[in-house]
Amino acid sequence: MKAPGFIIAGVVLLLVLVLVAAAAPLIAPHDPESFDVMQVMGAPSANHPFGSDVLGRDVFSRVIYGLRASLAVALASVIGSLIVAVPLGLLAGYFGGWTDGVISRSLDMILVLPAMLLAVTFIAILGPGSTVAAIAIAVIYLPILGRVMRTSALVVTRNDYIAGARARGATHLRVILGHVVPNALGPVTVQASILGAFALQLEAGLSFLGLGAQPPTPSLGGMLADGRDVLIQAPWVGIFPGLAIVLAVIAFTLLGEGLRRVLDPTGVAE
Amino acid sequence: MTGVLTCENVTVRFGSGRPAVSDVSLSLQKGEIFGLVGESGSGKSTLANAVMGLLPDSATVSGSIRMADLTLTNLTEAAMRGLRGNRIGMIFQDASASLDPTWSVGDQIAEAVRAHRSVSRAAGRTRAISLMEEVGIPDAAARYNDVPHRFSGGMRQRIVIAAALANNPDILIADEPTTALDVTIQAQVLALIDRLRRDHDTAVLLITHDLGVVGQVCDRVGVMHGGKLLETGQTRAIFANPQHPYTRALMDANPVGKRRGTRLPVIPPEWSVESLLAREEAADG
Repeated sequence: MKAPGFIIAGVVLLLVLVLVAAAAPLIAPHDPESFDVMQVMGAPSANHPFGSDVLGRDVFSRVIYGLRASLAVALASVIGSLIVAVPLGLLAGYFGGWTDGVISRSLDMILVLPAMLLAVTFIAILGPGSTVAAIAIAVIYLPILGRVMRTSALVVTRNDYIAGARARGATHLRVILGHVVPNALGPVTVQASILGAFALQLEAGLSFLGLGAQPPTPSLGGMLADGRDVLIQAPWVGIFPGLAIVLAVIAFTLLGEGLRRVLDPTGVAE
Repeated sequence: MTGVLTCENVTVRFGSGRPAVSDVSLSLQKGEIFGLVGESGSGKSTLANAVMGLLPDSATVSGSIRMADLTLTNLTEAAMRGLRGNRIGMIFQDASASLDPTWSVGDQIAEAVRAHRSVSRAAGRTRAISLMEEVGIPDAAARYNDVPHRFSGGMRQRIVIAAALANNPDILIADEPTTALDVTIQAQVLALIDRLRRDHDTAVLLITHDLGVVGQVCDRVGVMHGGKLLETGQTRAIFANPQHPYTRALMDANPVGKRRGTRLPVIPPEWSVESLLAREEAADG
């Protein structure tokens, strides 16, 4: 598949998922949090297309609302991380020297701790919830995005056209915003969309452990945990949220792969 | 005659090693082209970057570099920025690399104007177009929005020259401006530099390792080796009667007419040229 194909497939899939998530209250046939004792572990039917769970809640409605929570955390964490990591990486790569030393070593300190451990530590301090999960994931991604940005800024800064712009009398700020950013933003964009997929998985992992969105708020990871207990009796409780996670991860990955092929043509040739 | 640019005992060191530029004194007169020749690593470009204030932080500069009433070596970075592209223009060896591939050529020329004068976007554009016409870009207005890779190497170098001259600088530093070009385009670009300095009375410091280029356009020439300025003088005098043995070796290595040049003896930088001088005197005596 050619690069634009990847991007189009990724964007379309992501757009569909985001639209479904955004329009959750309009699409969901049932209240995702209302119990129905008559429908406990009901198999998929016309009324409940994805069946119902151990408490008789509609799985379809819960998947849609769970997708909403998961996508929100994934997008917010990656965007939040970019907002901090891009300027830091730019400064470190452009100025080098002690500026680079201070920024890079600070980011390395985050890298010392394993991602999940860091997230759990954050949640232990700030308490569980979607917002805290998003903050924790954003912090985990800071060193990754910061390093990618630093490296590409470093490479771009060595170009003669940066010296040329300086020789024409452009200020550091103008050189960074006008010349370094447009030429160095490619790799970090690719990295961010691939990290979107990982953020989604990380959020699902945290909710699975009960550290993300708190019940009764539906979350894809939490639903997986519910489904695990009844996997034999009512497989639909776990399978449909699992499929939603897979679809969303595929969407981010397709987008990332497409962007990589467009922005980094030196990589794997087609 | 007072110099537009005066370097006095300029020494540049990177770290604690041998200086890259060692005790160089020279002055540049209004409207002249001063050729600085020497091998790779002889300190020509380092000297140019010292004048521009574009050396990395690891470099230490001693001695003084003066421009009319200003001592450049004492200026702050902000004051230096105000001079770069304004009173001192610079062009680089590889025009393809010294233009930002994501910017239109016109905007890059206008950037030089707008970095120093608070003019409107439209005025910057008008000025850039007239500069493009002045350096001989055909159909300048229509090509304003084209990105650099749509131009040939020679045309790109013209655009770089236009950007360097945007604010009518007193000094133009040209660091090997023709090395990356083929011979016919070299001649055109040199002729352009020569015409522009006559039109604007700009002093040009032309850095090159091509003696043919020096012979074509330079009024005076300085020979550098191992960071030292060995000899300066009128181009014709240096070509006819080089004083320093290294200059003589350099002239002998230059093929003229059908005569092949002799191989330029490689002097490792850690040898002093003075020791060669002594050896030659011993041989003569």
